[in-house]
Amino acid sequence: MVEVSYYPGCSLHGVAREYNESTEAVSEKLGVNLAELEDWNCCGASSAHATSNELALALPERNLRLASQVGMDLIVPCAACYSRLRAAEKELLADTTTEGSADKYQGGFEVKHLADFFWEDVGEDTILGQVTRPLGGLSLVCYYGCLITRPPRVTDVTDPDNPESMDNLMKTVGADVRAWSYKTDCCGAGHILTLPRVAQRMIQKLLDMAQEAGADCIVSGCPMCQSNLDRAQEDISRETGKKYSVPILYFTELMGLAFGDPEVGKWFSRHIVDPRPLLKQKGLL
Amino acid sequence: MSIVQLPQEIIPNPSQRKMVEELSGERISACFQCEKCTNGCPVTFAMDLVPHIAIRLLHLGLVDEVLRSDTIWVCASCETCATRCPNNINITRVMDTLRQLAQREGVRPSQRNVPLFHSAFLSSIRRHGRVHETEMAVDFTLKSEGIRGLLKQVSTGLAMFTRGKIKLLPPRLRGKRQIKDMFKKAGVKG
Repeated sequence: MVEVSYYPGCSLHGVAREYNESTEAVSEKLGVNLAELEDWNCCGASSAHATSNELALALPERNLRLASQVGMDLIVPCAACYSRLRAAEKELLADTTTEGSADKYQGGFEVKHLADFFWEDVGEDTILGQVTRPLGGLSLVCYYGCLITRPPRVTDVTDPDNPESMDNLMKTVGADVRAWSYKTDCCGAGHILTLPRVAQRMIQKLLDMAQEAGADCIVSGCPMCQSNLDRAQEDISRETGKKYSVPILYFTELMGLAFGDPEVGKWFSRHIVDPRPLLKQKGLL
Repeated sequence: MSIVQLPQEIIPNPSQRKMVEELSGERISACFQCEKCTNGCPVTFAMDLVPHIAIRLLHLGLVDEVLRSDTIWVCASCETCATRCPNNINITRVMDTLRQLAQREGVRPSQRNVPLFHSAFLSSIRRHGRVHETEMAVDFTLKSEGIRGLLKQVSTGLAMFTRGKIKLLPPRLRGKRQIKDMFKKAGVKG
Protein backbone atom coordinates (compact mmCIF):
# COMPACT_ATOMS: atom_id res chain seq x y z
CA MET A 1 0.00 0.00 0.00
CA VAL A 2 1.37 3.40 -1.04
CA GLU A 3 0.10 6.44 0.83
CA VAL A 4 0.17 9.97 -0.56
CA SER A 5 -1.42 13.34 0.17
CA TYR A 6 -4.18 14.28 -2.23
CA TYR A 7 -5.22 17.77 -3.29
CA PRO A 8 -8.37 17.44 -5.45
CA GLY A 9 -9.00 21.16 -6.01
CA CYS A 10 -12.35 22.90 -6.29
CA SER A 11 -13.42 21.51 -9.69
CA LEU A 12 -13.10 17.89 -8.63
CA HIS A 13 -15.70 18.56 -5.96
CA GLY A 14 -17.99 20.12 -8.58
CA VAL A 15 -18.02 20.02 -12.37
CA ALA A 16 -15.24 17.44 -12.53
CA ARG A 17 -16.84 14.99 -10.10
CA GLU A 18 -16.24 12.04 -12.40
CA TYR A 19 -12.51 12.84 -12.41
CA ASN A 20 -12.48 12.63 -8.61
CA GLU A 21 -14.61 9.49 -8.51
CA SER A 22 -12.52 7.69 -11.12
CA THR A 23 -9.26 8.85 -9.51
CA GLU A 24 -10.32 7.39 -6.18
CA ALA A 25 -11.53 4.12 -7.73
CA VAL A 26 -8.41 3.59 -9.84
CA SER A 27 -6.09 4.49 -6.95
CA GLU A 28 -7.75 1.93 -4.74
CA LYS A 29 -7.23 -0.77 -7.38
CA LEU A 30 -3.58 0.22 -7.67
CA GLY A 31 -3.04 -0.01 -3.93
CA VAL A 32 -2.70 3.73 -3.49
CA ASN A 33 -4.25 5.40 -0.47
CA LEU A 34 -5.13 9.02 -1.28
CA ALA A 35 -5.16 10.95 1.99
CA GLU A 36 -7.06 14.13 1.14
CA LEU A 37 -5.24 17.15 2.51
CA GLU A 38 -7.14 18.26 5.59
CA ASP A 39 -8.94 21.62 5.21
CA TRP A 40 -7.25 22.51 1.89
CA ASN A 41 -8.18 25.81 0.23
CA CYS A 42 -8.41 27.01 -3.38
CA CYS A 43 -5.06 27.52 -5.15
CA GLY A 44 -6.26 30.88 -6.52
CA ALA A 45 -5.96 29.74 -10.15
CA SER A 46 -5.58 32.42 -12.84
CA SER A 47 -7.70 34.98 -11.06
CA ALA A 48 -5.30 35.36 -8.15
CA HIS A 49 -2.16 35.82 -10.25
CA ALA A 50 -3.93 38.26 -12.57
CA THR A 51 -4.89 40.33 -9.53
CA SER A 52 -2.21 40.20 -6.84
CA ASN A 53 1.18 38.50 -6.56
CA GLU A 54 0.84 38.40 -2.79
CA LEU A 55 -2.51 36.59 -2.87
CA ALA A 56 -1.29 34.29 -5.67
CA LEU A 57 1.42 33.10 -3.30
CA ALA A 58 -0.49 33.11 0.01
CA LEU A 59 -3.32 30.83 -1.17
CA PRO A 60 -1.17 27.89 -2.36
CA GLU A 61 1.30 28.52 0.47
CA ARG A 62 -1.28 27.54 3.08
CA ASN A 63 -1.81 24.21 1.28
CA LEU A 64 1.91 23.58 0.96
CA ARG A 65 2.44 24.19 4.66
CA LEU A 66 -0.41 21.82 5.50
CA ALA A 67 1.13 19.18 3.21
CA SER A 68 4.56 19.80 4.67
CA GLN A 69 3.24 18.86 8.11
CA VAL A 70 1.99 15.55 6.69
CA GLY A 71 5.26 15.02 4.81
CA MET A 72 3.98 12.79 2.01
CA ASP A 73 4.12 13.62 -1.71
CA LEU A 74 1.19 15.79 -2.77
CA ILE A 75 -0.71 14.37 -5.74
CA VAL A 76 -2.71 16.84 -7.81
CA PRO A 77 -5.12 15.87 -10.62
CA CYS A 78 -5.89 19.43 -11.82
CA ALA A 79 -3.33 21.07 -14.13
CA ALA A 80 -4.02 24.58 -12.84
CA CYS A 81 -3.77 23.63 -9.15
CA TYR A 82 -0.63 21.66 -9.96
CA SER A 83 0.93 24.68 -11.62
CA ARG A 84 0.02 27.14 -8.86
CA LEU A 85 1.24 24.80 -6.11
CA ARG A 86 4.54 24.16 -7.87
CA ALA A 87 5.10 27.83 -8.71
CA ALA A 88 4.49 28.75 -5.06
CA GLU A 89 6.76 25.95 -3.88
CA LYS A 90 9.62 27.26 -6.07
CA GLU A 91 9.07 30.80 -4.84
CA LEU A 92 9.00 29.78 -1.18
CA LEU A 93 12.09 27.59 -1.43
CA ALA A 94 13.99 30.39 -3.17
CA ASP A 95 12.91 32.99 -0.60
CA THR A 96 15.98 34.09 1.32
CA THR A 97 14.24 36.65 3.54
CA THR A 98 12.98 33.95 5.93
CA GLU A 99 16.33 32.10 6.00
CA GLY A 100 17.15 30.79 9.47
CA SER A 101 13.74 31.73 10.91
CA ALA A 102 10.94 29.39 11.97
CA ASP A 103 8.89 30.72 9.07
CA LYS A 104 11.27 29.34 6.45
CA TYR A 105 9.37 26.94 4.24
CA GLN A 106 11.03 23.54 4.35
CA GLY A 107 9.14 21.49 1.75
CA GLY A 108 10.41 17.95 2.07
CA PHE A 109 7.90 16.38 -0.29
CA GLU A 110 7.11 16.53 -3.99
CA VAL A 111 4.13 18.08 -5.76
CA LYS A 112 3.17 15.72 -8.60
CA HIS A 113 0.52 15.62 -11.27
CA LEU A 114 -1.62 12.50 -10.98
CA ALA A 115 -0.65 11.13 -14.43
CA ASP A 116 3.07 11.47 -13.67
CA PHE A 117 2.52 9.82 -10.30
CA PHE A 118 0.72 6.84 -11.82
CA TRP A 119 3.32 6.38 -14.53
CA GLU A 120 6.53 7.14 -12.63
CA ASP A 121 5.77 5.97 -9.10
CA VAL A 122 3.03 3.36 -9.36
CA GLY A 123 4.48 2.03 -12.60
CA GLU A 124 3.63 -0.06 -15.63
CA ASP A 125 3.71 -3.48 -13.98
CA THR A 126 1.24 -2.60 -11.23
CA ILE A 127 -1.09 -0.99 -13.77
CA LEU A 128 -0.85 -3.94 -16.19
CA GLY A 129 -1.65 -6.25 -13.30
CA GLN A 130 -5.08 -4.63 -12.93
CA VAL A 131 -6.09 -4.64 -16.61
CA THR A 132 -8.92 -7.10 -17.13
CA ARG A 133 -10.50 -5.50 -20.22
CA PRO A 134 -7.84 -3.98 -22.48
CA LEU A 135 -9.11 -1.08 -24.57
CA GLY A 136 -8.16 -2.61 -27.94
CA GLY A 137 -9.72 -0.80 -30.88
CA LEU A 138 -10.23 2.48 -29.06
CA SER A 139 -8.32 5.19 -30.92
CA LEU A 140 -7.51 8.30 -28.94
CA VAL A 141 -5.20 11.25 -28.56
CA CYS A 142 -3.90 12.48 -25.21
CA TYR A 143 -4.41 16.16 -24.60
CA TYR A 144 -2.30 17.73 -21.84
CA GLY A 145 -3.10 21.41 -22.29
CA CYS A 146 -0.82 24.13 -20.97
CA LEU A 147 0.07 23.79 -17.35
CA ILE A 148 1.07 20.15 -16.92
CA THR A 149 4.26 20.96 -18.81
CA ARG A 150 4.62 24.76 -19.00
CA PRO A 151 6.59 26.65 -17.99
CA PRO A 152 9.55 24.28 -17.47
CA ARG A 153 10.93 26.53 -14.73
CA VAL A 154 7.87 25.46 -12.74
CA THR A 155 7.32 21.89 -13.98
CA ASP A 156 10.97 20.83 -14.44
CA VAL A 157 10.09 18.89 -17.60
CA THR A 158 12.71 18.54 -20.31
CA ASP A 159 10.37 18.43 -23.31
CA PRO A 160 7.42 20.77 -22.69
CA ASP A 161 6.00 20.20 -26.17
CA ASN A 162 5.84 16.44 -25.97
CA PRO A 163 4.71 15.03 -22.62
CA GLU A 164 4.24 11.25 -22.51
CA SER A 165 2.74 10.25 -19.15
CA MET A 166 -0.88 9.91 -20.31
CA ASP A 167 0.22 8.37 -23.63
CA ASN A 168 2.12 5.71 -21.69
CA LEU A 169 -0.78 5.05 -19.34
CA MET A 170 -3.22 4.69 -22.24
CA LYS A 171 -0.89 2.36 -24.14
CA THR A 172 -0.54 0.25 -21.00
CA VAL A 173 -4.31 -0.23 -20.79
CA GLY A 174 -4.34 -1.30 -24.45
CA ALA A 175 -5.68 1.75 -26.28
CA ASP A 176 -4.62 2.77 -29.78
CA VAL A 177 -2.80 6.02 -28.94
CA ARG A 178 -2.43 8.34 -31.93
CA ALA A 179 0.35 10.84 -32.42
CA TRP A 180 -0.66 14.48 -32.91
CA SER A 181 0.94 17.90 -32.67
CA TYR A 182 -1.62 19.53 -30.41
CA LYS A 183 -0.88 17.82 -27.08
CA THR A 184 -0.04 21.06 -25.33
CA ASP A 185 -2.01 23.67 -27.27
CA CYS A 186 -4.29 25.91 -25.20
CA CYS A 187 -8.07 25.31 -24.90
CA GLY A 188 -8.76 28.95 -23.96
CA ALA A 189 -9.34 28.14 -20.27
CA GLY A 190 -11.63 30.70 -18.57
CA HIS A 191 -12.25 32.48 -21.86
CA ILE A 192 -15.09 30.00 -22.37
CA LEU A 193 -17.07 32.25 -20.00
CA THR A 194 -15.52 35.65 -20.66
CA LEU A 195 -14.62 35.58 -24.39
CA PRO A 196 -16.53 32.52 -25.63
CA ARG A 197 -15.88 33.12 -29.35
CA VAL A 198 -12.15 33.16 -28.73
CA ALA A 199 -12.24 29.94 -26.71
CA GLN A 200 -14.52 28.21 -29.20
CA ARG A 201 -12.12 28.87 -32.03
CA MET A 202 -9.27 27.34 -30.01
CA ILE A 203 -11.37 24.33 -29.04
CA GLN A 204 -12.58 23.73 -32.58
CA LYS A 205 -9.00 23.47 -33.79
CA LEU A 206 -8.26 20.83 -31.16
CA LEU A 207 -11.36 18.83 -32.08
CA ASP A 208 -10.49 19.01 -35.79
CA MET A 209 -6.88 18.00 -35.27
CA ALA A 210 -7.80 15.08 -32.98
CA GLN A 211 -10.15 13.76 -35.64
CA GLU A 212 -7.56 14.25 -38.35
CA ALA A 213 -5.18 12.14 -36.25
CA GLY A 214 -7.79 9.35 -36.35
CA ALA A 215 -8.93 9.63 -32.74
CA ASP A 216 -12.45 8.60 -31.67
CA CYS A 217 -12.08 10.47 -28.42
CA ILE A 218 -9.77 12.84 -26.56
CA VAL A 219 -8.17 11.99 -23.23
CA SER A 220 -7.56 14.75 -20.70
CA GLY A 221 -5.82 15.24 -17.37
CA CYS A 222 -7.24 18.66 -16.55
CA PRO A 223 -10.77 19.56 -15.40
CA MET A 224 -10.71 22.90 -17.24
CA CYS A 225 -9.64 21.36 -20.58
CA GLN A 226 -12.12 18.50 -20.24
CA SER A 227 -14.99 20.78 -19.39
CA ASN A 228 -14.16 23.25 -22.20
CA LEU A 229 -13.85 20.60 -24.89
CA ASP A 230 -16.91 18.69 -23.70
CA ARG A 231 -19.27 21.60 -23.17
CA ALA A 232 -18.38 23.79 -26.14
CA GLN A 233 -19.17 21.26 -28.86
CA GLU A 234 -22.89 22.03 -28.95
CA ASP A 235 -22.27 25.77 -29.42
CA ILE A 236 -19.48 25.23 -31.96
CA SER A 237 -21.71 22.85 -33.96
CA ARG A 238 -24.55 25.38 -33.96
CA GLU A 239 -22.38 28.31 -34.94
CA THR A 240 -20.21 26.66 -37.59
CA GLY A 241 -22.73 24.20 -39.03
CA LYS A 242 -20.17 21.42 -38.64
CA LYS A 243 -21.41 18.71 -36.29
CA TYR A 244 -19.09 17.76 -33.42
CA SER A 245 -19.63 14.86 -31.06
CA VAL A 246 -16.23 13.83 -29.73
CA PRO A 247 -16.22 12.24 -26.25
CA ILE A 248 -13.71 13.88 -23.90
CA LEU A 249 -12.59 11.43 -21.23
CA TYR A 250 -10.35 11.65 -18.20
CA PHE A 251 -7.45 9.20 -18.36
CA THR A 252 -8.59 7.84 -15.00
CA GLU A 253 -12.02 6.95 -16.43
CA LEU A 254 -10.41 4.85 -19.17
CA MET A 255 -8.09 3.20 -16.65
CA GLY A 256 -11.18 2.36 -14.59
CA LEU A 257 -12.86 0.93 -17.68
CA ALA A 258 -9.82 -1.25 -18.42
CA PHE A 259 -9.75 -2.37 -14.77
CA GLY A 260 -13.39 -3.51 -15.06
CA ASP A 261 -14.66 -0.99 -12.52
CA PRO A 262 -18.45 -1.41 -12.05
CA GLU A 263 -18.92 2.37 -11.51
CA VAL A 264 -17.85 3.49 -15.00
CA GLY A 265 -21.44 4.00 -16.18
CA LYS A 266 -21.99 6.57 -13.44
CA TRP A 267 -18.91 8.56 -14.47
CA PHE A 268 -19.81 8.48 -18.16
CA SER A 269 -23.36 9.65 -17.43
CA ARG A 270 -21.92 12.95 -16.18
CA HIS A 271 -20.49 13.95 -19.57
CA ILE A 272 -22.19 16.32 -21.98
CA VAL A 273 -21.00 14.37 -25.04
CA ASP A 274 -22.01 10.88 -23.93
CA PRO A 275 -19.06 8.51 -24.43
CA ARG A 276 -21.18 5.37 -23.98
CA PRO A 277 -22.35 4.92 -27.61
CA LEU A 278 -18.71 4.96 -28.80
CA LEU A 279 -17.56 2.57 -26.09
CA LYS A 280 -20.47 0.21 -26.79
CA GLN A 281 -19.68 0.29 -30.49
CA LYS A 282 -16.10 -0.72 -29.68
CA GLY A 283 -17.40 -3.58 -27.53
CA LEU A 284 -15.95 -2.03 -24.36
CA LEU A 285 -19.23 -1.50 -22.49
CA MET B 1 -12.08 44.86 -30.23
CA SER B 2 -10.37 48.12 -29.41
CA ILE B 3 -7.64 49.40 -31.69
CA VAL B 4 -4.87 51.01 -29.71
CA GLN B 5 -4.12 54.54 -30.92
CA LEU B 6 -0.43 55.33 -30.90
CA PRO B 7 0.84 58.90 -30.60
CA GLN B 8 2.23 60.40 -33.84
CA GLU B 9 5.53 61.24 -32.30
CA ILE B 10 7.02 58.82 -29.80
CA ILE B 11 9.56 60.00 -27.29
CA PRO B 12 10.98 56.96 -25.49
CA ASN B 13 10.35 57.05 -21.76
CA PRO B 14 12.61 54.56 -19.97
CA SER B 15 11.19 55.33 -16.52
CA GLN B 16 7.86 53.76 -17.49
CA ARG B 17 9.60 50.66 -18.81
CA LYS B 18 11.66 50.43 -15.63
CA MET B 19 8.51 50.69 -13.54
CA VAL B 20 7.04 47.60 -15.26
CA GLU B 21 10.39 45.82 -14.97
CA GLU B 22 10.46 46.49 -11.26
CA LEU B 23 6.88 45.38 -10.65
CA SER B 24 7.26 42.19 -12.69
CA GLY B 25 10.84 41.37 -11.82
CA GLU B 26 11.39 40.70 -15.53
CA ARG B 27 14.05 42.35 -17.68
CA ILE B 28 11.86 43.54 -20.55
CA SER B 29 14.78 45.43 -22.08
CA ALA B 30 16.41 42.08 -22.91
CA CYS B 31 13.88 41.59 -25.72
CA PHE B 32 15.46 41.82 -29.20
CA GLN B 33 12.18 41.46 -31.10
CA CYS B 34 12.70 37.93 -32.45
CA GLU B 35 8.89 37.48 -32.47
CA LYS B 36 9.03 33.96 -31.05
CA CYS B 37 6.39 34.92 -28.47
CA THR B 38 4.02 36.16 -31.15
CA ASN B 39 4.58 33.17 -33.41
CA GLY B 40 3.77 30.70 -30.62
CA CYS B 41 0.87 32.63 -29.13
CA PRO B 42 -2.48 30.83 -29.65
CA VAL B 43 -4.63 33.96 -29.26
CA THR B 44 -2.98 36.53 -31.55
CA PHE B 45 -6.10 36.33 -33.75
CA ALA B 46 -8.02 38.17 -31.04
CA MET B 47 -5.31 40.64 -30.03
CA ASP B 48 -4.90 44.26 -31.10
CA LEU B 49 -1.23 44.29 -30.04
CA VAL B 50 0.53 40.99 -30.71
CA PRO B 51 2.91 40.08 -27.86
CA HIS B 52 6.21 41.32 -29.31
CA ILE B 53 4.60 44.63 -30.24
CA ALA B 54 3.24 45.00 -26.71
CA ILE B 55 6.76 44.42 -25.40
CA ARG B 56 8.13 46.96 -27.88
CA LEU B 57 5.65 49.56 -26.66
CA LEU B 58 6.83 48.89 -23.12
CA HIS B 59 10.41 49.50 -24.30
CA LEU B 60 9.31 52.90 -25.50
CA GLY B 61 7.46 53.61 -22.27
CA LEU B 62 3.98 53.52 -23.81
CA VAL B 63 2.53 51.68 -20.82
CA ASP B 64 -0.90 53.35 -20.92
CA GLU B 65 -1.41 52.19 -24.50
CA VAL B 66 -0.69 48.60 -23.46
CA LEU B 67 -2.95 48.86 -20.40
CA ARG B 68 -5.83 49.93 -22.65
CA SER B 69 -5.27 47.11 -25.12
CA ASP B 70 -7.29 43.92 -25.60
CA THR B 71 -4.05 41.99 -25.43
CA ILE B 72 -3.61 41.96 -21.66
CA TRP B 73 -7.12 40.50 -21.22
CA VAL B 74 -7.09 38.19 -24.25
CA CYS B 75 -3.83 36.55 -23.10
CA ALA B 76 -4.89 33.14 -21.78
CA SER B 77 -1.76 32.65 -19.61
CA CYS B 78 -0.88 29.50 -21.54
CA GLU B 79 2.83 30.11 -20.79
CA THR B 80 3.99 29.36 -24.35
CA CYS B 81 5.78 32.72 -24.73
CA ALA B 82 7.35 32.38 -21.29
CA THR B 83 8.59 28.90 -22.25
CA ARG B 84 10.07 29.92 -25.60
CA CYS B 85 11.56 33.38 -25.05
CA PRO B 86 15.28 33.06 -25.89
CA ASN B 87 16.03 35.89 -23.48
CA ASN B 88 14.22 34.20 -20.64
CA ILE B 89 11.64 36.94 -20.19
CA ASN B 90 8.63 35.57 -18.37
CA ILE B 91 6.16 37.37 -20.63
CA THR B 92 3.18 35.70 -18.93
CA ARG B 93 4.31 37.31 -15.69
CA VAL B 94 4.65 40.67 -17.43
CA MET B 95 1.04 40.26 -18.61
CA ASP B 96 0.00 39.59 -15.00
CA THR B 97 1.78 42.75 -13.91
CA LEU B 98 -0.02 44.74 -16.60
CA ARG B 99 -3.41 43.29 -15.60
CA GLN B 100 -2.73 44.15 -11.97
CA LEU B 101 -1.58 47.62 -12.92
CA ALA B 102 -4.63 48.25 -15.10
CA GLN B 103 -6.94 47.28 -12.24
CA ARG B 104 -5.04 49.30 -9.68
CA GLU B 105 -4.91 52.41 -11.89
CA GLY B 106 -8.59 52.10 -12.71
CA VAL B 107 -7.96 51.80 -16.46
CA ARG B 108 -11.22 50.95 -18.20
CA PRO B 109 -10.69 47.36 -19.36
CA SER B 110 -11.21 46.87 -23.11
CA GLN B 111 -12.58 43.39 -22.37
CA ARG B 112 -14.55 43.97 -19.20
CA ASN B 113 -15.70 40.35 -18.83
CA VAL B 114 -12.25 39.11 -17.94
CA PRO B 115 -11.68 41.24 -14.81
CA LEU B 116 -15.35 40.70 -13.87
CA PHE B 117 -14.71 36.97 -13.95
CA HIS B 118 -11.61 37.30 -11.79
CA SER B 119 -13.56 39.36 -9.31
CA ALA B 120 -16.41 36.80 -9.11
CA PHE B 121 -13.89 33.97 -8.77
CA LEU B 122 -11.94 35.68 -6.00
CA SER B 123 -15.14 36.71 -4.17
CA SER B 124 -16.10 33.09 -3.93
CA ILE B 125 -12.68 32.12 -2.54
CA ARG B 126 -12.76 34.97 -0.06
CA ARG B 127 -16.18 33.92 1.21
CA HIS B 128 -15.62 30.16 1.44
CA GLY B 129 -11.89 29.45 1.09
CA ARG B 130 -12.72 27.43 -2.02
CA VAL B 131 -14.55 28.29 -5.20
CA HIS B 132 -18.23 27.48 -5.10
CA GLU B 133 -18.62 27.07 -8.86
CA THR B 134 -22.38 27.53 -8.97
CA GLU B 135 -22.30 30.74 -7.00
CA MET B 136 -19.30 32.04 -8.98
CA ALA B 137 -20.97 31.34 -12.35
CA VAL B 138 -24.22 33.04 -11.28
CA ASP B 139 -22.34 36.01 -9.82
CA PHE B 140 -20.24 36.44 -12.99
CA THR B 141 -23.21 36.11 -15.34
CA LEU B 142 -25.22 38.65 -13.37
CA LYS B 143 -22.31 41.11 -13.37
CA SER B 144 -21.51 40.66 -17.06
CA GLU B 145 -24.90 40.17 -18.69
CA GLY B 146 -27.49 40.82 -16.02
CA ILE B 147 -30.63 38.82 -15.41
CA ARG B 148 -31.21 38.21 -19.14
CA GLY B 149 -27.79 36.61 -19.39
CA LEU B 150 -28.65 34.39 -16.47
CA LEU B 151 -31.89 33.28 -18.14
CA LYS B 152 -29.91 32.31 -21.26
CA GLN B 153 -27.82 29.99 -19.11
CA VAL B 154 -30.80 28.08 -17.69
CA SER B 155 -30.51 25.15 -20.10
CA THR B 156 -26.76 24.77 -19.43
CA GLY B 157 -27.45 24.92 -15.71
CA LEU B 158 -30.12 22.27 -16.03
CA ALA B 159 -27.82 19.99 -18.06
CA MET B 160 -25.17 20.32 -15.36
CA PHE B 161 -27.72 19.73 -12.61
CA THR B 162 -29.07 16.51 -14.09
CA ARG B 163 -25.49 15.27 -14.40
CA GLY B 164 -24.93 15.81 -10.70
CA LYS B 165 -22.39 18.58 -11.26
CA ILE B 166 -24.09 21.40 -9.42
CA LYS B 167 -23.52 21.78 -5.73
CA LEU B 168 -26.11 23.91 -4.04
CA LEU B 169 -24.32 24.33 -0.74
CA PRO B 170 -20.97 26.12 -0.54
CA PRO B 171 -17.86 24.37 0.81
CA ARG B 172 -17.07 24.86 4.51
CA LEU B 173 -13.52 25.42 5.67
CA ARG B 174 -12.26 25.59 9.22
CA GLY B 175 -9.52 27.97 8.05
CA LYS B 176 -12.00 30.44 6.54
CA ARG B 177 -10.71 33.22 8.78
CA GLN B 178 -7.13 32.70 7.57
CA ILE B 179 -8.29 33.05 3.96
CA LYS B 180 -10.16 36.29 4.69
CA ASP B 181 -7.01 37.62 6.35
CA MET B 182 -4.93 36.80 3.25
CA PHE B 183 -7.27 38.90 1.11
CA LYS B 184 -7.15 41.74 3.59
CA LYS B 185 -3.36 41.65 3.77
CA ALA B 186 -3.01 41.60 -0.02
CA GLY B 187 -5.52 44.44 -0.33
CA VAL B 188 -7.79 42.39 -2.59
CA LYS B 189 -11.49 43.07 -2.14
CA GLY B 190 -12.75 40.19 -4.33
